[in-house]
Amino acid sequence: MTGSSWPLYEVFVRSKRGLNHVHVGSLHAADDETALRHARDLYTRRNEGVSIWVVRSAHITASSPQEKDPFFAPSGDKVYRHPTFYAIPDDVPHM
Amino acid sequence: MTGTPQGDTLPLERDFEATIGHDQRIEPRDWMPDGYRRTMVRQIAQHAHSEIIGMQPEGEWITRAPSLRRKAILLAKVQDEAGHGLYLYSAAETLGADRGELTEMLIEGRQKYSSIFNYPTLSFADVGVIGWLVDGAAICNQVPLCRSSYGPYARAMIRICKEESFHQRQGFELLLTMMRGTPAQREMVQDAVNRWWWPSLMMFGPPDDASPNTERSMAWKIKRHTNDELRQRFVDITVPQAEVLGVTLPDPDLRWNAERGHHDFGPIDWSELKRVISGDGPCNAARMARRRSAHEDGAWVREAAAAHAARKTGREVAA
Ligand SMILES: [Fe+2]
Ligand SMILES: [Fe+2]
Repeated sequence: MTGSSWPLYEVFVRSKRGLNHVHVGSLHAADDETALRHARDLYTRRNEGVSIWVVRSAHITASSPQEKDPFFAPSGDKVYRHPTFYAIPDDVPHM
Repeated sequence: MTGTPQGDTLPLERDFEATIGHDQRIEPRDWMPDGYRRTMVRQIAQHAHSEIIGMQPEGEWITRAPSLRRKAILLAKVQDEAGHGLYLYSAAETLGADRGELTEMLIEGRQKYSSIFNYPTLSFADVGVIGWLVDGAAICNQVPLCRSSYGPYARAMIRICKEESFHQRQGFELLLTMMRGTPAQREMVQDAVNRWWWPSLMMFGPPDDASPNTERSMAWKIKRHTNDELRQRFVDITVPQAEVLGVTLPDPDLRWNAERGHHDFGPIDWSELKRVISGDGPCNAARMARRRSAHEDGAWVREAAAAHAARKTGREVAA
């Protein structure tokens, strides 16, 4: 009856060579192939992309609602993973 | 996502307020108050409907554009407006709205769209004036929305604003060309300006003292400026542009006020806005009928595509 009977797709666009695909939005399409065509018409009308990925929204697994979530806690207290953790005298060259 | 029982929501609410307080964006899977979600869905849907209905007044001129150049430009512009509508429906869906339902609400008249699109486009000069004034007013409204607190909405607005600048410039260029043409062409432009000026000012919505939701929307950083602030900005920007064009804005009270550092302008006929919003504008019925028939006439395409997809999947599964 309406467009909602077509599944929802998320769209990712690589804007130029050397860059990652980036999420730009979503759209509805009957199948994968038309999703790509719709994505081209909707998200790259001005040469915004050289490559497009589409994926059914239902196929995406996401971490969890709140971004300040315990899911990310394991990396929170490991400051020694960052170069700034280490005090090195200023006169040591190339470091 | 909103199912948290009453009483438990206080820490969540505090988190939400803090995120907004730090000028960070709210993202789709974050907890948010029901009122915020409702306001956001309503605003985004209304905005999306406006883009979609907004294709009609100008779309009527595509076949009658005076040159291939103007036809190609107008086609691209109207296609952009379709795109804007789709970016926005996509943003609304991140809040749990259903796109099919939003379309139903529009064609059943349960959700509104901008009153400006209920005015007719009587001559080709209207296409230029819409680009200059209507897209110009939309830009004034939309630039601050690029910093709106709801992430997907703000991101859609950034895309839209980039494209709107082409819309306004092609309109202004069209008008400049006509103003350098024959007296009859200049007259067409002035006539179009006379008809679109006041409705364009109404695009910013009712005056602040009659806009009860503004305060809450500002607190939630959905809106960044009041209706009257944006209207004033638009007038100040537009007056010198009108001088360049050589048209007269149809307001005898319009003059620079050095003390305020702004242009004063005459009173707006708010009863007209009320009338047009409530369905009694010159083209409301036609716009709705057109949208409804486009939806119904397209039903077989949607069904055919879905049937084709189903058959193809069936084949893949079988293979
Ligand atoms: Fe637009
Ligand atoms: Fe536009």
